[in-house]
Amino acid sequence: MSIQSIKVGERADVRYLLRLADSCLILAQRLGEWCGHGPILEEDLALSNMALDLIGQARGVLTRAGELDGQGFDEDQLAFLRDERQYFNPVLMELPNGAGQGGTQPGDFAFTQARNFAVATWLLLLWQRLQASSDAEVAAIAGKAVKEAQYHQQHAADWVVRLGDGTDESQARMNAALTRIWPFLNELFHDDAIDAAAVQSGLGPAWSSLKPDWQAAMDEVLAEAGLTPPKASSYVSAGRVGIHSEHMGHMLAEMQYLQRAYPGGVW
Amino acid sequence: MSTTTTQAPANEWPLWEVFVRSKAGLDHKHCGSLHAADAKMALQLARDVYTRRQEGVSVWVVPSSQIVASDPVEKSMYFDPMEDKVYRHPTFYVLPESVDHM
Repeated sequence: MSIQSIKVGERADVRYLLRLADSCLILAQRLGEWCGHGPILEEDLALSNMALDLIGQARGVLTRAGELDGQGFDEDQLAFLRDERQYFNPVLMELPNGAGQGGTQPGDFAFTQARNFAVATWLLLLWQRLQASSDAEVAAIAGKAVKEAQYHQQHAADWVVRLGDGTDESQARMNAALTRIWPFLNELFHDDAIDAAAVQSGLGPAWSSLKPDWQAAMDEVLAEAGLTPPKASSYVSAGRVGIHSEHMGHMLAEMQYLQRAYPGGVW
Repeated sequence: MSTTTTQAPANEWPLWEVFVRSKAGLDHKHCGSLHAADAKMALQLARDVYTRRQEGVSVWVVPSSQIVASDPVEKSMYFDPMEDKVYRHPTFYVLPESVDHM
C-alpha cells in the first residue's frame, strides 16, 4: 500500500513558516543519527536532547503552517508526507554528518558541532525576533524556543572553542568542518518575496536582517577558538525554494518510511 | 577516613559527582556522576544527563576526587553506637506543614 504525497499551497506566510519548521525538523533528523553513537554517553544525550528540542519547535510551527494552509494537514502529515521539493529548509541542515573516523562513528563530530553552532546562533536570533511576531501562536512558540536555542548555541560554541583551541588534530578537524559548512551559510541570509511578505505582515523578520548579529557572534567565538573564518563564498544554495542537495532524498526515504508504510501510525 | 583514590585512565576524562536541587527550598541531592573534561563541561552535561525530565532548578558538580569518604571498615565504630539512642530523635515535636521538608 502506498500513500499519496501532499502538497502545500503557495501562501507566503505558510512558506515562511515551513522554511523555519523544516530547518528545525531536518537538523533534528541529522542530530538524531547520533543517538546511541555519541563519542561519550553524556554528549550522546546532549545531542539527542537537542534533536528533541528541535522536533518540538518544528511540531509547533508545522501545526501553525498547516492551519494557515487551510487544507487540514496536521504536523505529522506535513513532516512525513511531502515530497523533496516541498521541503523548504536551507541545504545546510540536510548535509550528512560526514565521515566518522575509521567508520566507527555515524559522523564527523567537529562538523556536527560547527553546523550546530552556526545554525543555533542563527535560530536564536530568529526566535528572538519572532517573539514579536504578529501571529500570536508563532510568538508563543518563539518564547519557549528562545531558551532552548540559547542552550544549543552555548553548548555548540563551547565545542567549537574546545576543538579549535585544542590539539593540532582537533583544530585541523574544526577547520575542515568550517570549510565544509561555509559555502552553505549564504542561504541563511538571502531574502526573497517570502521574506518581504513576512516583514509586511509582521509575521517575522527578513532573514538578511539577522546577518550583522550572527556575524558578530560567530566572529567572537571563532576568535576565542583561535580559528580563522574561511573566505566568503558567493554560492547561494536554494533549499529555501525546494531545490535540495543529493542527500535530501536519501534522508527523507529513511525519515518517511514508517509513516508511508503504516499511514497514521502513532506511538 | 579515605579519599577517593580511583585514578581515571589517562585517556578518560575526570569523574564528577552531580547534585541536583529539585525545587527552591530543598537540598541539593546527589543523583549520580559523569565524565567531563572540565567544570564548565561537567555542568552542561549534568544538565543534559540528569535534568532532562524537569528534575532540577539548580545543579552542583564536584570533582569526585575531592570527595572525602568514610572508610567502610570503620562502619561499626562510626555508626553502630547510635543505634540505641532514640532520645536523640526529635519525634515528640509536630512540625508545621510549611516546614515539613526540614
